[in-house]
Amino acid sequence: MSRTVQGPGPALPLSFFSERHRPLNTQSRFSTRALALPAAALVVALGVAGCGARTSDDPGADSSASSASCVDTSGDTVKIGFLNSLSGTMAISEQTVRDSLDLAAEEINADGGVLGKQLEIVAEDGASEPTVFAEKAEKLISSDCVAAVFGGWTSSSRKAMLPVFEAKDSLLFYPVQYEGLEASPNIFYTGATTNQQILPGMDYLKEQGKSKIFLVGSDYVFPRTANKEIIAWAGANDVEIVGEEYAPLGHTDFATIVNKLKGSGADAVFNTLNGDSNVAFFKEYKNVGLAADTLPVVSVSIAEEEVGGIGIDNIVGQLTAWNYYQTVDSPENATFVEAFKAKFGDERVTSDPMEAAYTSLYLWKGMVEKAESFEVGAIQEAAGGVTFDAPEGTVTVNGDNHHIAKTALIGKIGPDGLIYTEWSSDGPIEPDPFLEGYDWAEGLS
Amino acid sequence: MSPRVRVWGGLVIAAVVLFGVAPALLSDFRLNLLAKFCCLAMVAVGIGLAWGRGGMLVLGQGVFFGLGGYLMAMHLKLSDAGPGGVPDFMLLYGDGTVPGWWEPFRDPVVTILAILVLPAFVATLLGLAVFKRRVRGAYFAILSQALAAAFAILLIGQQKVTGGTNGLNGFQSFFGFTLSDPVNKRMLYFIAAGVLLAMVAIVRLVMNSRYGELLVAVRDQENRVRFLGYDPALVKVVAYAIAACFAAIGGALFTPIVGIISPADVGVVPSIGFLVGVAIGGRATLLGPVLGAIGVSWAETSLSESFPSFWIYFQGALFILVVAFLPNGLATIGRLFRRRVKEPEPVPDAAPATLETAGTPT
Amino acid sequence: MDALVSQLFAGLSLGSVLLLAALGLALTFGQMGVINMAHGEFMMAGAYTAFVVQKVIADAGVSLLVSLVIGFLVGGLLGLILEITLISRMYTRPLDTLLVTFGVALVLQQLARDVFGAPNVDVRAPAWLSGAVPILGVGIPRTRLFILALAIVCVVALALLLKLSPLGRRIRATVQNRDLAETSGISTRATDRLTFFIGSGVAGVAGVALTLLGSVGPTVGTNYIVDAFLVVVVGGIGQLKGAVIAAFGLGLLSAGFEYSTTASLAKVLLFVVIVAFLQVRPQGLVSVRTRSLA
Repeated sequence: MSRTVQGPGPALPLSFFSERHRPLNTQSRFSTRALALPAAALVVALGVAGCGARTSDDPGADSSASSASCVDTSGDTVKIGFLNSLSGTMAISEQTVRDSLDLAAEEINADGGVLGKQLEIVAEDGASEPTVFAEKAEKLISSDCVAAVFGGWTSSSRKAMLPVFEAKDSLLFYPVQYEGLEASPNIFYTGATTNQQILPGMDYLKEQGKSKIFLVGSDYVFPRTANKEIIAWAGANDVEIVGEEYAPLGHTDFATIVNKLKGSGADAVFNTLNGDSNVAFFKEYKNVGLAADTLPVVSVSIAEEEVGGIGIDNIVGQLTAWNYYQTVDSPENATFVEAFKAKFGDERVTSDPMEAAYTSLYLWKGMVEKAESFEVGAIQEAAGGVTFDAPEGTVTVNGDNHHIAKTALIGKIGPDGLIYTEWSSDGPIEPDPFLEGYDWAEGLS
Repeated sequence: MSPRVRVWGGLVIAAVVLFGVAPALLSDFRLNLLAKFCCLAMVAVGIGLAWGRGGMLVLGQGVFFGLGGYLMAMHLKLSDAGPGGVPDFMLLYGDGTVPGWWEPFRDPVVTILAILVLPAFVATLLGLAVFKRRVRGAYFAILSQALAAAFAILLIGQQKVTGGTNGLNGFQSFFGFTLSDPVNKRMLYFIAAGVLLAMVAIVRLVMNSRYGELLVAVRDQENRVRFLGYDPALVKVVAYAIAACFAAIGGALFTPIVGIISPADVGVVPSIGFLVGVAIGGRATLLGPVLGAIGVSWAETSLSESFPSFWIYFQGALFILVVAFLPNGLATIGRLFRRRVKEPEPVPDAAPATLETAGTPT
Repeated sequence: MDALVSQLFAGLSLGSVLLLAALGLALTFGQMGVINMAHGEFMMAGAYTAFVVQKVIADAGVSLLVSLVIGFLVGGLLGLILEITLISRMYTRPLDTLLVTFGVALVLQQLARDVFGAPNVDVRAPAWLSGAVPILGVGIPRTRLFILALAIVCVVALALLLKLSPLGRRIRATVQNRDLAETSGISTRATDRLTFFIGSGVAGVAGVALTLLGSVGPTVGTNYIVDAFLVVVVGGIGQLKGAVIAAFGLGLLSAGFEYSTTASLAKVLLFVVIVAFLQVRPQGLVSVRTRSLA
């Protein structure tokens, strides 16, 4: 232990921090006094601040008391917030949602606004990170005082924002299909929940006589939860799940997973992969000689936007499950597609999340007009039963769980890159986020 | 001005700004943002020590930041669930039982101890494994980066016990204090600011100790230090462990302040992000990393609001220009200028600059 | 048996992808100790080159071959520019090059996003590469065979270049003893520049090849960069042999782990194996013998 140890031995002298050995530098002596200032500051700080509410103080002191709304409706405009990722990995998808939100806002403003007030948009970038979503949501509510926020895409961004909206008692309109098992009074879900997208997809496969299904997904919350529900469904429907594989987000080599798939004896694949991984998966799928007519893949995260990047050759004939396609035949959709192309260019396509976002703004308008107020409580009260003739068909808000009734559509990807409806449910399906109407789903939530 | 006066002056000014000016001027929302920046600055202080002083390019500090953040989040989740309760996300994704290794963190004391000790312990083990075998320079940088990647993937994959990509969030209270109360948020800010100042003081203490000089010696001439009878591996491990501990404390405070910790905060990109502020502020200086980290985070928040793509160019350009042309960061811009006037020749060479790749003759 | 053969091939194929991604790195990192984080973005540039070339030449087969050549030039030129403007100023600070090139990577990525748009673009594979070839009773995708062949061609070409050409001799001399090479009249600066050109060019080629397997988007390079660095670290520097063994070794290991566990766990296990391996051989598999202490 002495400092005379030779060579690279474990000799860290004990006197490292000692004041006595100081041969190299004499000018800067430092003592424990250095700690006094911050320590004192800390004590003062705790003294000053230590008088906040404790959880044990008063069980009735709920959060809304501390966050009175600062929304200003006195002028002839009203502020709303758009929060989508414009940078990072999710920018690809979320930019399209932002575009259709912009379109809806422009149309509403041109049509006289909401309750006579023009919409003033405060736009924010979620940067594809849940932390940033939470931070920006708070900014929109507390600093910008918006009446409602529209946006979010990934489940993690929604889960990150949920406590913020509940604590501040504000409203979020979330436009993307998701894994269900959630209902917040402060969130309106205008995308599909499980029983409006995934279960119809499974029912369709069963109807087609498929009985051995392979599950492949990205390794994150939506696929894992969705697959948990699918497995429960399969148990009650005499369908065998022959494999369940997850790839890390951004995974690019699907040789092994496709090998496992080939060896599993599956007669259909249910795909919850996200983003880039779909490209690598479908290229591999085609290259090993698998094809849509013998082993179909039902995807729930591939919309018109993504088809081009995957390559039409690689994915033509495969199936998707959504509630809207650009090819939906209705006057409302024709107007929507035409307006969108006029604003953003003829080469652009419209997809389910874009339509759901567009619809969400109109639904909010409907709620405000029914409530005749921008106030959160009044809107929540008025929300049930509000309808809108959306491009996908007429949708109705469910006042209990804040989801909307939607028609499920199974589509087939055509050689032109658009998706064509192959099968549709008998009219709109009532949202059932906790799958309470299904016996097999007991114990899931 | 002697360095000592300067440092004291700096600390006093920092304390006045953090405790007096900022709370008086900023709204609750902005103050909370500043609290978050303070947490990031804590990581930067540690990096300043390990990288600026010790020459170890720590590309994986997200791991320790995440360890601290997740440890704290586990405790907050458990205490929200109440005694014997199960956190909400486990009911949703898992089998509704709390795994055994979560249980100890019901106890606040155990949690705080774990935050202080566990990451430092992990860093010590890893450091010993790596430095003892004289893996250094770029090799160490790449390994620590891969560690961050692996850690993030592990967190995402274990959704039932870590919340997966969602991370952990929705905390109601912080050691008994309601988090939705603005007064308590303010308290958190003061704690973060106080801890940050304390860390700066500790680093100052370490930098000026005999050990601090040894650390710089190891950075500049590892072999000579070895010949003198010291073990450079141990010297490095200490700095690495301190940096890890600071990062963990930063993470632990980040969790209640921001209200969420997720794998997106711990992976490769945020780990490199921690370096940006340090590099720009001046890696080897005392206050440079702090100011750099806070400044860059502030710029990111405000610039990215209006120009998301411009921000990325700006960040990239800042990185290139500062590291290539101002290796000691903006902190030295004045010094550089003064020296240029006096003697035009020397380019600052504080970078740990021997060709440190293994196998290259030294 | 089928599973074993196809998994074995999956490993070899992953190895060849890793090798293509890491080959250029092994060259630049090995010779100059420069850690080029923008290497992945050079791959991205190669991938977008394939996309652009396909716009001009409609025939997918011809355009692929043309893109391989142009991809090499594009990658190489980007590397050359980077070397001349930034890296040449920083040879004494190899760790700092890591940060500078990270900044370059950020900028290039955003540039791609602004020029080509954030969504992925599609590069069609030629007809003669679609489908599978039966080998030992298992269908092996032609694209993967092509990439395996391409990797082998690149390695052989580089090896010949290093072994036989005057440039190769200069490069080897510089790697082994920079000062002595300098005193022997070799312009190490010019050699460095050429090495960087070739190394970055190989990254461009790798990018073109990857369009056959995966997506073409702004982040395509980042998906490979960490793995590529690990290959170089495990392989050791100074010789191509190390990189080749490391790439195929890690590829096989990763495919094996992934088959027996999950894709996520495989990545974590791989990292554990690498740290353990560096305990045994801190300099990697193969390293040039020197008299330095490190």
